[in-house]
Amino acid sequence: MSLKDIINNNLTYWVSADGPERDIVLSSRIRLARNIEKLNYPNRAKPAERAEVTKRVIEILSRQEQVKLHYMDVNDLPVLERELMVEKHLISPIHAQEGSEKGIFLADQENICIMINEEDHIRIQVLMPGLQLGKAWEIAGELDDLLEGKLDYAFSEKWGYLSTCPTNTGSGLRASVMVHLPALNLTNNIAKMLGAVSQLGLAVRGLYGEGSESVGNIYQISNQLTLGHSEHDIIDNLKGVTKQIIDQEKQARQLLLQKMEFKVKDQFRRSLGLLKYAYQISSQESMKLLSNVKLGIDMGIIDDVDSGVLSELMVLIRPAHIQKIEGKELDETARDIKRAELIQARLNM
Amino acid sequence: MLCQRCNQRDATVHLTKIINEEKTELYLCEKCAQETGQIPFNNNPFSFQNLLSGILNPELSSIDSVQPELICDTCGMSYKEFTKKGLFGCADCYETFSSKLDTLLKRIHGSNYHNGKVPQRSGGNLRIKKEIEQLRKELQLAIEHEYFEKAAELRDQIHGLVEKLEGE
Repeated sequence: MSLKDIINNNLTYWVSADGPERDIVLSSRIRLARNIEKLNYPNRAKPAERAEVTKRVIEILSRQEQVKLHYMDVNDLPVLERELMVEKHLISPIHAQEGSEKGIFLADQENICIMINEEDHIRIQVLMPGLQLGKAWEIAGELDDLLEGKLDYAFSEKWGYLSTCPTNTGSGLRASVMVHLPALNLTNNIAKMLGAVSQLGLAVRGLYGEGSESVGNIYQISNQLTLGHSEHDIIDNLKGVTKQIIDQEKQARQLLLQKMEFKVKDQFRRSLGLLKYAYQISSQESMKLLSNVKLGIDMGIIDDVDSGVLSELMVLIRPAHIQKIEGKELDETARDIKRAELIQARLNM
Repeated sequence: MLCQRCNQRDATVHLTKIINEEKTELYLCEKCAQETGQIPFNNNPFSFQNLLSGILNPELSSIDSVQPELICDTCGMSYKEFTKKGLFGCADCYETFSSKLDTLLKRIHGSNYHNGKVPQRSGGNLRIKKEIEQLRKELQLAIEHEYFEKAAELRDQIHGLVEKLEGE
């Protein structure tokens, strides 16, 4: 099999498919936290109770035709497979660690992933390419209804869905978008934007979740508040803010062309040159350069590479993916060399 | 303000050192402060769980000495442990700690009432109540716009639901 085929075979749906506003919004995600009444939450549950959660959810999901999901016990998965799922943002790093009765339900397309016995009994997640929060919510809501048809959720009239962590109480909903904002960064407007966003009850994080720095100008924006707001309000609010950010980013791109045309053109081509000819490269440097290249593509300055290159490669160049593609364990230097090869193969596709 | 060391990240640590009466001030980002050993960041003190337990804890310290410790009968979680971990042990913890949760949830979310989706079965009457609320809003609008036929329809629907609620 050629490297090109291998690359295509390793792409997950949200990374490779098209979606609205895809030049700036890489993906949209909906997560619902749900628990079952009368069973202790995972942090307090005995193995038998955790097994009961798994059993009940399997029973429901195996007896329906609405959506096809495969069940996997985390302990049965090789460590590399688990890391691949973390790199695709399908499961949390914590869920990838060995533990009793931790489960994953995954759709063929990998757009739906349900984690069993993570922080909550059930975490329904839907991931879509581009800005598609409404569609993602629709899919997650249907799955939620399906499960609720047979399970008694822990729910109170006053406080809504009783999640394990009080920061999720109420709707149990975390809606988020992953956005690429290079021009806002280049024009020194990113800090202002982030400050304003956090005043609107939204949180901003780097690419790899809580506490992580921004890598490759990629940010994740999500709702912070879950109690007192309806799901529609939460999603509309995030959608509205995201649209504003898209406009701001587009304006900043115009500004770059007006004020710094030669400088940015030079920077984009240099970045592409480095990526095309480097012999070894770290993921940090790759992300920085790929961000420049994507901006160059989206601004019409680079025209021989397609815009999907960043979202595809930001997943493919991570350690587990490189080792999966290579078919063996590699140390850091070997990974840096393979990463450079992989990027070059993708840029020439 | 940018970090004085890396000039890249925002300075979030303000350090004032007084040595032999000479005062020096440093503005660093968390990473540089950690790297230069200016501040002993062992376990990240700004971690989510630590900050959360900071929100949960002031509740405890003032009341703790007077009242007996709240312990959930179902899972054995104490309020103290809950504030440390930031996690409930089971659904009944909410009931057990309810006297303290109003303040706490309000502090986190700015609200202490759920205003969203209600499960079909375990939601009970709440679903009907919400539906009535929604229909009343629609009725108001219909009257304002003088859609009287629509208004009459809505009124009947509301009556039906109210009867259903009272019947149960």
